[in-house]
Amino acid sequence: MMISRKRFLQMTGISMLLAAGERRLGALAAAFQTGSPASPGALTARRWAMVIDLPKCFQKEGCTKCSEACHAVHNVPQFNDRAHQVKWIWKDPFENVFASQENEFLTVTLKNKPVLAFCNHCDEPPCVRVCPTQATWKREDGIVMMDWHRCIGCRYCMAACPYGSRSFNWMDPRSHIPKLSPDFPTRTKGVVEKCTFCEERLVKGQLPACVEACPQKAMVCGDLGDRNSKVRELLGSRYSIRRKPELGTKPEVFYLV
Amino acid sequence: MRDQGLIYGGLAIFLGFITFPVSYNLVAGKTSKGPELKLPVAEKQCVAPVDYMKGSHMKLLMDWRENLVRKNIRTYTAFDGRSYTISLSGTCLGKCHSSKADFCDRCHSYVGIQTPYCMDCHIDPKLIQRSGE
Repeated sequence: MMISRKRFLQMTGISMLLAAGERRLGALAAAFQTGSPASPGALTARRWAMVIDLPKCFQKEGCTKCSEACHAVHNVPQFNDRAHQVKWIWKDPFENVFASQENEFLTVTLKNKPVLAFCNHCDEPPCVRVCPTQATWKREDGIVMMDWHRCIGCRYCMAACPYGSRSFNWMDPRSHIPKLSPDFPTRTKGVVEKCTFCEERLVKGQLPACVEACPQKAMVCGDLGDRNSKVRELLGSRYSIRRKPELGTKPEVFYLV
Repeated sequence: MRDQGLIYGGLAIFLGFITFPVSYNLVAGKTSKGPELKLPVAEKQCVAPVDYMKGSHMKLLMDWRENLVRKNIRTYTAFDGRSYTISLSGTCLGKCHSSKADFCDRCHSYVGIQTPYCMDCHIDPKLIQRSGE
């Protein structure tokens, strides 16, 4: 059978179109598959966020249960020298945490009160924008994650973070960890670290260590994407502030005042 | 053909010289046997066939790392259908290779590979036991 030139060109065109279409479809199908298969029993959210009830937190003076729990679980080293300090969650005076709320006549309920500070898991994280190796990135559920394997210790992220939420390991941290927790790796010299919203606990169905440890239940974490979640309920009923929202980082840690 | 003696003599010396490592080991009674690794007692099957693990365990570990940290995939389905929790400290060292020194290090030092820095961060469960004692 002879194939005419016209017929040959028609067939080529059609088969090329089919091949291209199949590729498109494959890419579309891949895009619709949402992330990874969630582990059974894992806590998941469309957008993780944390709400801190400051009056509740202030009730227990001098309490450091949250940071103790976090630092123990995550093998955070303890350095006495401030220059070497590594911290995931800590307390600072209200005036320092909310520097942009400068007010000489601040109410006594807030003045000089120790306020919890940690990674804000920003919606527009500046640390992610500057990281040259993509060692830090925003997950689909909003958690700003870190891959310590990939961190080259350039500290751009530390310069970019307006909240001081990141710490650098100037020396090998292992010998400065009071008690090694076997379930979590330590970090090494030359690596930046910060709060990871306890993603390794969420996947096991556990709440973040700080939330669980708080005796006042002043920390609430939940899904901003769920209208009926506890965090949405709190944010809808009480006045909340965020750290340096004017910078456009869209921090996802809310403080009830 | 006047240099015959020189040529063959030279060749003999040359051969003796290049086969020295072999003859030396033969005389010293050393063999080219590999290191004796301490294999797990409870488990008979690794997460992949032994041959693959011998040559490509580093690739498997890299894949695990990539899956867990970046893709949030926490379990690994092995070639035989069994599934394992992805964890160097918990699964590899915790469940099977209880002695890093008798398994990982022994082979790495035999082949003269610089010890990889996995364990600078990941914790050898043995370390905890010892410090807890």
